[in-house]
Amino acid sequence: MRTSIAAALFRHLILATGAVLMVLPFVLMVSISLKTEGEIYHPQFSLLPTSPDGIENYVAAFAMQPLWRYLLNGVLVCVGIFLAQALFALPCAYALAKLRWPGRNLTMAFVLLGLLIPPQVPAVPVYIMLWKFGLLDSYAALILPSAISVFGIFLMRQFFRTVPDDLISAARMDGLSEVAIVWRIMLPTAIPGLIAFGILSVVGHWNDFFWPLIAIQTPELATPALGVMFFVTAEAGTNFGRLMAAATVVNAPLVIAFLIAQRWFIDGLTMSSMK
Amino acid sequence: MAELATARHRSSASSASRRLIGRWVAETATAWSLAGPAVALMWLLLLGPAAAVVLLSFTDWSFGQPTMSWIGLGNFREMVADQLFRTSFLNTLVYVAFTMPLSVLLGLGAALLIESGTSGRGFYRTVFFLPVTATLLPMAFVFQFAYFHPTVGIINQTLSAFGLPTRDWLRDPDTALLALGVIGIWQSVGLNMVLFLAGLKGIPKDLYDAAALDGADGAWERFRRVTWPMLGPATLFVLTVTAIKSFQVFDTVIALTQGGPGNATNVLLFQMYQEGFSFLRSAYASALTCVFLLFVLVLTLLQVVLVDRKTHYG
Repeated sequence: MRTSIAAALFRHLILATGAVLMVLPFVLMVSISLKTEGEIYHPQFSLLPTSPDGIENYVAAFAMQPLWRYLLNGVLVCVGIFLAQALFALPCAYALAKLRWPGRNLTMAFVLLGLLIPPQVPAVPVYIMLWKFGLLDSYAALILPSAISVFGIFLMRQFFRTVPDDLISAARMDGLSEVAIVWRIMLPTAIPGLIAFGILSVVGHWNDFFWPLIAIQTPELATPALGVMFFVTAEAGTNFGRLMAAATVVNAPLVIAFLIAQRWFIDGLTMSSMK
Repeated sequence: MAELATARHRSSASSASRRLIGRWVAETATAWSLAGPAVALMWLLLLGPAAAVVLLSFTDWSFGQPTMSWIGLGNFREMVADQLFRTSFLNTLVYVAFTMPLSVLLGLGAALLIESGTSGRGFYRTVFFLPVTATLLPMAFVFQFAYFHPTVGIINQTLSAFGLPTRDWLRDPDTALLALGVIGIWQSVGLNMVLFLAGLKGIPKDLYDAAALDGADGAWERFRRVTWPMLGPATLFVLTVTAIKSFQVFDTVIALTQGGPGNATNVLLFQMYQEGFSFLRSAYASALTCVFLLFVLVLTLLQVVLVDRKTHYG
């Protein structure tokens, strides 16, 4: 009995230490974001700010850079990308899962091949293509290259395969068109998969930095992750209080959403590595 | 009479087959109209560009140039002689070799400890997973200031409190890459933990009972004889995923070191980004992309082959 109590204590001791290490960056980020310049560089570290003046960092962060605009861009880009991905992936996944047609196996093989290609690989040719069409430095440059997700097709196909064929035959008897079957019969069965995929897609593109850095020049078009960079290069000698305020604002939406819907987030984000 | 019957039979057979062909045509048309847009986009945005990267890597094209010519393996020959490529390639390998084992081991340790008890499971899982959802770029600045800052950073404050020598971690060529690795580990442990938790859930409980009958009832014996062998495929999978993720290190480099000091943190994707989008040497950047792609493919294939072997004989 004593050893099991000791073991339980040991377990909590180690795990709690790990937990502190995991959350400490977030805690420090918020802590610094609420401190004045004087407090930040004070030799005696304290977690809590000693005066309420540090809140100025947030006011200054929003005044210095169009932070609201970055957040709005982030929402627009993430929603745009997810809607496009769903719009293209769902019908294709249905055709792959439930219809017989010449080219099906080949298409599936190409989807699997696509899964192997990391997102940075098409960057150079896609950049050239967008430049040819005069689309660089625009919302289109942020959304278009991600409009298709082979992982989305693959995942939705897995979900659709479990739908009984009888359900589809019955829908056909009722005179539903194939397009109607996709959206009114198949989609409702795959809602959990679509939500998980949506979380994966939104988290990935909200946090993406590589592609916005390449595609965007105009600060007003920056996504949140790219926007944070302007707090560093905007002036010589970075003001860390403001930078941390911006970092907190950019991180807050996803962290809060994660804490509210953890199960969904964990399922969605681990799925990406399951491919 | 018989003739009539055959004729009738023939006509009904041909109308049946006509109906079959009609259905086949209809289904094919429907399928292609549903899948076609996705297939077209997949080629336009992913497979086509990936093929174009390979083709471009055999040319001398620079972005905006009116002409391009085929130079065969010229870019790859340049790469082999390029001191910067050797550095960035080696740095990438060092980064992977540092972050991958630690991230996987810590993820495994966290998963085993969480599963070994009943209290606080959900809490720990949530907390360890939190960094996975974080936006890495701003978090890099948190690490830069709160941890690695030469005077007010936690690390140096702690070291000097114990009278130990301090360093400017991100500006020291010996430590800069490892400092970036620490950020990478912090972000990836949670995902590995969840993958291992899923693997642990899949181990049948009666295997432990059977091992206990064989006299394996200590925690270590149970781990060595049951958990570890059963986790084999999951471990290979986690290793591959983590290696591929580590290979893609980029955000922290741009944010904190720009490849410096003295190219100590110049990694493959950073060099590719600079060549392709700062110096506009599209062909050379494509050749670098090919190396990157080749590594990811080899890692994936290696995992598939090894898992296959494990499940056949294991």
